[in-house]
Amino acid sequence: MIEIISSTALCTVQDIGRLTSRRYGVGTAGAMDQVSLAAANLMLGNAENSACIEIPMFPFKVRFIQDCDFSVAGVEGTMTLDNGVLPTGWAYQAKAGQLLSIQRPKAGCRAYFALGGGIDVPVVLGSRSTQLRGEFGGLEGRMLQTGDVLNAVTALNDRRLDFGITSALSALALERENQIELRVIPAAEYDAYRAETQALFWRTAWKITPQSNRYGYRLQGADIRPEQPLETLSHGIVPGVIQIPPGGQPIIQLRDAQPTGGYPKFGTVIEADLWRLGQAAIGKQLVFKEVSLEQARLAAQQNQSYLDDIKQMLALQEIFV
Amino acid sequence: MRIQDQQPLISLLGTSAVLLQAPAPLLFDTQQKIWGLAQQVEGWEAVLEVIPGMNNLMITYPTLPEDMAGLKAQLLDAWQAVEGIEKEGKVIDLPVIYGGPEYGPHMQDVVAHTGLSIAEIVRRHTAPLYPVYALGSHPGFCYLGDMDPSLATPRRQVPITDLAGGSVSIGGVQTGVSASQGPSGWNTIGRTKMQFFDVNKMPPALCKPGDYIRFCVEEVIQ
Repeated sequence: MIEIISSTALCTVQDIGRLTSRRYGVGTAGAMDQVSLAAANLMLGNAENSACIEIPMFPFKVRFIQDCDFSVAGVEGTMTLDNGVLPTGWAYQAKAGQLLSIQRPKAGCRAYFALGGGIDVPVVLGSRSTQLRGEFGGLEGRMLQTGDVLNAVTALNDRRLDFGITSALSALALERENQIELRVIPAAEYDAYRAETQALFWRTAWKITPQSNRYGYRLQGADIRPEQPLETLSHGIVPGVIQIPPGGQPIIQLRDAQPTGGYPKFGTVIEADLWRLGQAAIGKQLVFKEVSLEQARLAAQQNQSYLDDIKQMLALQEIFV
Repeated sequence: MRIQDQQPLISLLGTSAVLLQAPAPLLFDTQQKIWGLAQQVEGWEAVLEVIPGMNNLMITYPTLPEDMAGLKAQLLDAWQAVEGIEKEGKVIDLPVIYGGPEYGPHMQDVVAHTGLSIAEIVRRHTAPLYPVYALGSHPGFCYLGDMDPSLATPRRQVPITDLAGGSVSIGGVQTGVSASQGPSGWNTIGRTKMQFFDVNKMPPALCKPGDYIRFCVEEVIQ
């Protein structure tokens, strides 16, 4: 059991999201960095999809009300447990009364805080993720506040916890000179743009504007306009879709996006790279690279190998303890 | 070329979904075929969810099938063969308070754009039985067909950030009711009190594709 001490807004309870209620108008929600969500859970022996607290503002402070297994993944930085200092990407056992403070990270921008067995909030339509528009899921369908108390499914799991993992940011790095590379599969309206416009899109370094959040990232860099104005009827969309509104500035729809949309779609960031956006702060630069479905499958396998390595490390620990 | 002869457009939405878009224009017959296709595809292997849109269908997968060319051919064959579904949907009557600064803040914009009086706008808006084509946008929201084209009013230049739930609005050639408070670029002409979404019910949405909505006059504020 933990109590939220810091007044940082925008923290929510998230798992991988609500994947089968789009036909009722319900967006998926879910963690922005699902690789780190899984990593934080694996460290504690949780199911990969257990609910964590997603933290985009720092410092983040919680007090443990009972002895509790916990881990933090996603960002690279430090955290303090009372007077002790730990790196992030670490699993540990806190004692009742201890105060954990996750400091502003050196790399990445969203931390995932896991508890033994996962954060214990009700499953709603198949997920524990917070649906802000629908005001359900997570803790009472809202962002966390100072004084909120959350339970772990199983606070203590009788395993030795005092170890770390390599972050996804380091293990899966593609970053080149402060630009974050994202792999994209062209979407339905791609061919409605002239070859020069398509080339402009691929070579532009796009800046993540301050109007970017869990709903979507609005980008700045070039004007991308179709040959003819495009009209499309509302249809289902997925997180990662790159829409181009009439103004010509792309928006990447993300986890809190609506389940439907109507703006022209230039392409879609592959699912295996969405975690990179989850760790990409406002002001960072993005570059897009066209890939085939086969290349996208390889990217997904690389993410899986990162998680498999963590599992293997844990299995070895069990043997040698 | 006749509409029936045109092929739908099948495209990828990244690595987690496939989108089938039927040829324009937006038609109720086409939507009935979309419902028929949705019913079939739900039974296909490895499919996560099937989401009808406005004359289109999104199919989500945990991971896309290896054989995408095969899937595309299978979808096209199914589209050619599928019969439109005649759904026996329920009719939902929605009492609406039309006009006034609180409930219908953009009624004057619709008057200005259409050149119709408030009374005539209300008469034309309450005349049809609107079919629910699909759900989307936010929990419980319905995409409706068949609005009188003379009521069409362009979306607002600047969207409203916190439109109230129950707002009855017009956006382009479409009309609808927002199911909860949130942003919207549509023109609001009235308000209804119906609850469209209850997470404790299954299904959680009040309406489903194939149902009908009828707007009734509760009051007109001039």
